[in-house]
Amino acid sequence: MLRIGPYEFSSRLLLGTGKFPDFDIQRRAVEVSETEILTFAVRRMNIYDPAQPNFLEQLDLQKYKLLPNTAGASTAEEAVRIARLARASGLCDMIKVEVIADTKTLLPDPIATLEATRILVEDGFIVLPYTNDDPVLARHLQEAGAHAVMPGASPIGSGQGILNPLNLSIIIEEATVPIIVDAGIGTPSDAVIAMELGADGVLLNTAVAGAKDPVKMAEAMMLAIKAGRLGYEAGRIPKKRYAQASSPMEGMSK
Amino acid sequence: MNITINGKMQTIPDTVGNVQQLLEYLRLADRIVVVEINRDILQKEQHAARSITDGDTIELVHFVGGG
Repeated sequence: MLRIGPYEFSSRLLLGTGKFPDFDIQRRAVEVSETEILTFAVRRMNIYDPAQPNFLEQLDLQKYKLLPNTAGASTAEEAVRIARLARASGLCDMIKVEVIADTKTLLPDPIATLEATRILVEDGFIVLPYTNDDPVLARHLQEAGAHAVMPGASPIGSGQGILNPLNLSIIIEEATVPIIVDAGIGTPSDAVIAMELGADGVLLNTAVAGAKDPVKMAEAMMLAIKAGRLGYEAGRIPKKRYAQASSPMEGMSK
Repeated sequence: MNITINGKMQTIPDTVGNVQQLLEYLRLADRIVVVEINRDILQKEQHAARSITDGDTIELVHFVGGG
């Protein structure tokens, strides 16, 4: 069970909803991923096209918790405003705090992220900040009341996988709230590694939406996250320098 | 009357007196939409009570795909 604030989830995969080729593929990918948490962005509506299709409006909202993000914010104030706009929909009280400091790397602004987290926790949100893989910052976010901390594996959409497993494992070790590895996952093996490190969940989007077959990749990620979690819970064997025979040495027939 | 919606100046009939009526006029009343008026974020139940006057700045936002 993944517990975030007052909510419980059996799936440990959080799925983004951006960049899918079309709604039908997206709907099928969401279904096979078995995710229970979907992220969204908040944007201006096109008021000239009242009939515009919207993915969220096609979902059974009983089945999913919405995790809107504050993407597009570059200051704490902007992030807080976007979070409040999202909550005014009456559909959600979770928020992914995302304050981007740099357009090229899309790396988060740690100071503004911490500030926004503090304000939004105070305001009653269930707050999940997207952050650098910095153990000290993760601790500060936790102390500020974050309900989960979401360190990046590598830059958003880069598909570089887990660049600093050491930092991630330190964050996980010291955490008292769920740690969700967010951003940079490229392949199922990346997701397995995140889960084997002891992450409580993985948030990904491009790895599925941008795959040649997004539906198949969604299933692969679902399985990878389950496999990684089971492996973590089972406890791996220690690595040894030399071979150790699996078959008994005694009783050889001569 | 003239109001600014999502950054663009619009002329709307004077019969549109409140936010609920504006959404109906724009044929957006049955959509998932959040309204901010002059930087004041509205809850859905405030739509009918919140009047619109000439010069108001309104933002209409919704959820789109994102990670």
